[in-house]
Amino acid sequence: MSDKKKELKPNTYKFDTLSLHAGYQPHKNAGSRQVPIYQTTSYLFDDVDHAAALFNLERGGHIYSRISNPTVGVLEERVASLEGGTAALATSSGMSAIFLAVMTLCEAGDHLVVSSQLYGGTVNLFRLTLPKFGIKCTFVKPRDTEGFKKAIQKNTKGIFGELVGNPGNEIMNMPEIAKIAHEAGIPLMVDATYQTPYLCKPFEHGADIVIHSLTKWMAGHGSSMAGILVEGGKFDWMQNDKFPTMTKPYEGYHGLSFAEEFGPTAFTMKARAEGMRDFGPCLSPQNAWNVLQGIETLSVRMKKHCYNAEEMVKYLMNHESVAWVSHPSVPDHPDHELAKKLLPNGRGSMIAFGIKGGKEAGVAFINNVKLASHLANVGDTRTLVIHPASGTHSQMDEATLKFAGLSHDMIRLSVGIEDIEDIKNDFEVGFRAARKPRLVSNQ
Amino acid sequence: MKFKVNNNEVYASTGGRPFDKKKPLIIFVHGSGLTHMTWVLQTRYFAFHGYNALAIDLPGHGLSGGESLKSIEEMADWVAAVIDAVGHKEASLVGHSQGCLVTVECTARYPDKIKTLSLMGGAGAIPMNPQLLSLAENNDPKAVDLMMDWAHGPAGHFGGHPVPGLYHINTGTMLAKSRTIQNTLGVDFRACDNYKNGFEAAKKIKCPTLSILATDDKMCPVKEGKKLAALIDGSQVDIIDNCGHMMLLEEADRVLTVLKKFITTNYPLLSS
Repeated sequence: MSDKKKELKPNTYKFDTLSLHAGYQPHKNAGSRQVPIYQTTSYLFDDVDHAAALFNLERGGHIYSRISNPTVGVLEERVASLEGGTAALATSSGMSAIFLAVMTLCEAGDHLVVSSQLYGGTVNLFRLTLPKFGIKCTFVKPRDTEGFKKAIQKNTKGIFGELVGNPGNEIMNMPEIAKIAHEAGIPLMVDATYQTPYLCKPFEHGADIVIHSLTKWMAGHGSSMAGILVEGGKFDWMQNDKFPTMTKPYEGYHGLSFAEEFGPTAFTMKARAEGMRDFGPCLSPQNAWNVLQGIETLSVRMKKHCYNAEEMVKYLMNHESVAWVSHPSVPDHPDHELAKKLLPNGRGSMIAFGIKGGKEAGVAFINNVKLASHLANVGDTRTLVIHPASGTHSQMDEATLKFAGLSHDMIRLSVGIEDIEDIKNDFEVGFRAARKPRLVSNQ
Repeated sequence: MKFKVNNNEVYASTGGRPFDKKKPLIIFVHGSGLTHMTWVLQTRYFAFHGYNALAIDLPGHGLSGGESLKSIEEMADWVAAVIDAVGHKEASLVGHSQGCLVTVECTARYPDKIKTLSLMGGAGAIPMNPQLLSLAENNDPKAVDLMMDWAHGPAGHFGGHPVPGLYHINTGTMLAKSRTIQNTLGVDFRACDNYKNGFEAAKKIKCPTLSILATDDKMCPVKEGKKLAALIDGSQVDIIDNCGHMMLLEEADRVLTVLKKFITTNYPLLSS
């Protein structure tokens, strides 16, 4: 017998197990192995006392599916567990999750510091829509870490960014920007849709709120819209007087102080109690269930996505029709070293590349690929392509396009999990078509 | 609400209702390294039903000032001082885990002050695993991870939090890491390990007592809880299946139902 004492190790479930099981207890659901779809609007109260207890947050439970639903609840717990978060709140889309996060944090007169490299819809929300609610934003380029610090004002309530910018693949220095946020007593909110918790857990790098469009890699199948916000639980809302609706008795919810009562889950509790009640961007139980099916295979899919992406990077970098390739795995990508630190399990499956021949060649390429789908989505199991300047970011003027780091020759590629040779063969067809106009004009 | 005991500021959640000296008092005492927030699914009910529910943060924990108390006996005296500090002569006590040691000792020391005693995941002694104790005293976050692993039953490990969207283990982890681990968990674990008077104290308790135990509790197993309950005259025992040590969250509804019946029967509103 060895004298060496056995080292104690926590036996909490690991990522792949949580992907399949977290948030669900079959013995409380008639033994159903699969998560049931609770297709209902509302829930019976045992008696008047029970009803009052649920409304007063004296008990946990469900009242009305706009606020919470058991199937959606499983999804929320599952994502919270995978992210290392304390709580999560699922919404009807990624955009509604961002809106809900902002409205939980801010009120009229407040200010946010925002990364400039974002999905076009998010840019419009921050640039045009939120100012209508009296919430102003200052945009900072994601690599300008000091710029985030300089942009903070007295009324700034948070910093927001996509960890890897859309579509230019610029990476925010999350640990440094988190320090800047925390020194200013404000939270860092990160949209980590491109990474999923398999590639990066932003809470481990200082983020306080994580947002996903679950529509993308988390679901994978491209069948269902869904979003989620996840709370890290570390941010101290009571450290200053910047967040009175979190820390003081709040008229908006029966004089409740969310921070005192719920501590590490205060943000989610407020977002649900106030935000879902007043804005109502609830996720349907069917869509929650669909997303759960995707999450069951998240790690398996993400490995293949990343493998195929790196193969495509090699292929594109050596292709005569390609002017440039942007992906964090490329050694001369400006954020290559940061990506190794923040994305140790893979650099993601979003590639941006420039096609020789500019816009005309890009259009020809997009119109001639057959396997790759031309559509306004990313993170499908199928390979997707789009020309941002004429698609996702088409509502931007020339100056905004430039500020967002977009060019007319850029093609955004979301690499799927098909056989890699089939993707390459399809791209050859697209590149041949893209070269034709130039070959003709050169003669 | 905030008040002072021994010149240090004390924070106690009042369950969302203002403190009212005319109402009977229930004091909830949290477990090692934790805070008042573990009681949110019990306190709010009593606060909205005519009681003063005070979920306290022990000194040095949560939002309370001062330094952590080093022995269960000191904590017991401190809980009695809380009753005086808020202007009451008596109270019902509810404890979880280490909070059971504290409330048992307090009830034995101050029999005239304590009207009922409710114990959740309690035992007469809580000897600590030496490695776990050492990790906590050395500020190693692994101590929290181990505690959260052992404190949740198999079902709780999967989740299924009664409040939609909350995930048990990560929430508990953040609570236990909200202050410096060695100053909270480390001191608490040592106090538990040193405490030897639980069984003797239990024999002195004469007030109505309830023990809620859980079949999958690894930290204070059912047999230990039963051993303690057997020493208390007329003690009631309720055992929850498929549940671990964090029964106040893992099976919050069941716990509240049992607790509600016990307290409203033995410490009714009329007694104030």
